[in-house]
Amino acid sequence: MGALRVLNRHLRVFGRTWQHSAMFNVIEPLLYLAAFGFGMGALVQDIEGMSYLEFLAPGMVTLSAMYAATFECSYGTFVRLQYQKTFLAMLAGPVTARDVILGEMLYGTLKSALFGTVILAVVAALGLIRSPQALAIPLLLALQGAVFAALAMWYTAYISNIDYLNYYVTLAVLPFFLFGGLYFPVSTLPAWVQAANYLNPLFHSVEVCRALALGQAAAGLWLHVGLLVAIGALVLPAPLRLMEKRLIN
Amino acid sequence: MNNVVTAENLGKCYGDLRALKGVSFSIAEGECCGFLGHNGAGKSTTMRMIYGLSTVDEGRLTVLGRSVRLTPPDIKSLIGVVPQEDNLDPDLTVAENLEVYGGLFGLRRREAAERTRELLAFMGLEDKTRARVDELSGGLKRRLVIARALINRPRLVVLDEPTTGLDPQARHLVWQKLRTLKAEGVTLILTTHYMEEATQLCDRLLVMHEGTILAEGSPRQLIERHTLPWAIEVLVPLEQVPPGLNDKVTEAGGEVLQVVDGLFLYAADGEALWSRLGSWGLSPHACFLRPANLEDVFLKLTGKGEED
Ligand SMILES: Nc1ncnc2c1ncn2[C@@H]1O[C@H](COP(=O)(O)OP(=O)(O)O)[C@@H](O)[C@H]1O
Ligand SMILES: [Mg+2]
Repeated sequence: MGALRVLNRHLRVFGRTWQHSAMFNVIEPLLYLAAFGFGMGALVQDIEGMSYLEFLAPGMVTLSAMYAATFECSYGTFVRLQYQKTFLAMLAGPVTARDVILGEMLYGTLKSALFGTVILAVVAALGLIRSPQALAIPLLLALQGAVFAALAMWYTAYISNIDYLNYYVTLAVLPFFLFGGLYFPVSTLPAWVQAANYLNPLFHSVEVCRALALGQAAAGLWLHVGLLVAIGALVLPAPLRLMEKRLIN
Repeated sequence: MNNVVTAENLGKCYGDLRALKGVSFSIAEGECCGFLGHNGAGKSTTMRMIYGLSTVDEGRLTVLGRSVRLTPPDIKSLIGVVPQEDNLDPDLTVAENLEVYGGLFGLRRREAAERTRELLAFMGLEDKTRARVDELSGGLKRRLVIARALINRPRLVVLDEPTTGLDPQARHLVWQKLRTLKAEGVTLILTTHYMEEATQLCDRLLVMHEGTILAEGSPRQLIERHTLPWAIEVLVPLEQVPPGLNDKVTEAGGEVLQVVDGLFLYAADGEALWSRLGSWGLSPHACFLRPANLEDVFLKLTGKGEED
């Protein structure tokens, strides 16, 4: 309940600033899609029966979703925590530190689902989605959003300076999307990278997303969904505990 | 219920620093109680414990009838908070700051909008409704923070240095609003390092110093108990003060207090002491006779003057 009231504050701000966040969260994946899709697409033959653009589209959907949750729960959270003291103001009201942090992550999750879905709509309009199974993708994006919100919040809870967020982006987010099977099939990667990808939430998400886009929903995909849930459930308690310690002393 | 807040032996450590060293007090319903002390005395730490931003690690704290370790949401919903540092939401307008805060307390949108209008009028901010927070001056920001603290019609309002940094006019306006609240029966707890504020507003004062409470009472009581009724400020450099003056004042039944570079003399009969200063080699023109006030109490108890 408290977390929803915190979310309410964020939605109020979103109502005012959505144009700016849309710029950032929507334009960038579309630029990638255009550059890689047309540039690489001309060089690359069909991948597993898909055109390169069709292969790339689900990747850009999940990329947009990852960005939205990651940036909201890292830079966004850090600014509210450290500079704007928004959390301290909220904590003087009838909410707990846990409510405040859950509210932040809910917002990240929601933005993730929203902006991922916007890209999904664009690529669908471009004819890059083959199946109505893709209607389930927003749910997947919400799950993925929750996982990335928790991961970003975990890192943000540790740091004292906003510049340290660059490490998270460069050392975690970048490998997630470069090696997660967004731009090329993971089967081309060395075996140990393929194994490591089981810890990469984006890998699981893009596998499911691509299958749904092609209409190839299959029981085997539950493994990826299950691992996403497991990663999220494992990570979630840490940021709640760390942020509580940081806010209440 | 008579006591809104009761503290018994509150202690708090930050690493090696003992910020509170066993603080006890109680605050009655409807009272305006002030915590007076220098920076670092432990005022904010005490306030944060009351309004649920800090845990009670040592001692006992009862807030609105409930013994708390960390003041829980249902108690916080009865409290209004003006934190030491303005933490208005810069992503929202003036009115939105109040409305969204009302939402945090579970007010419906219409209710929150209504209450916002009332409070903006009460604090004289009507013409700033749509302004952005960073367009407001320090004084207006402070008024908005106070308005925000009232959104839930609190029974208890905790104000941590409500007027620090405000110009005298803004300060008087805030005082006037706080008096109105008090007249409505709201319990006020405030911290300050302004003697005038403490004298003007508070029924009762707690003088804090380095994590302890040194004295307690109404401003009048504190003056009666802790200092002689007349003060003479010696307005010459210390090296020009005639030697042996201190002994002469003491022999005459007075008291001497030296604080950093300032010298203060206290007496039961100010005129009598004043009239003898000339014979002790101190020009009366360099001395200023006045009734003793809270600042004298504060100087005496803490050995330091008021801060700017
Ligand atoms: N979160 C904190 N971490 C470490 N030290 C703190 C913290 N909060 C307060 N202190 C220290 O505790 C002492 C009391 O501080 P505070 O309660 O803010 O005093 P006041 O409000 O009277 O100026 C100070 O020495 C301050 O530096
Ligand atoms: Mg303070």
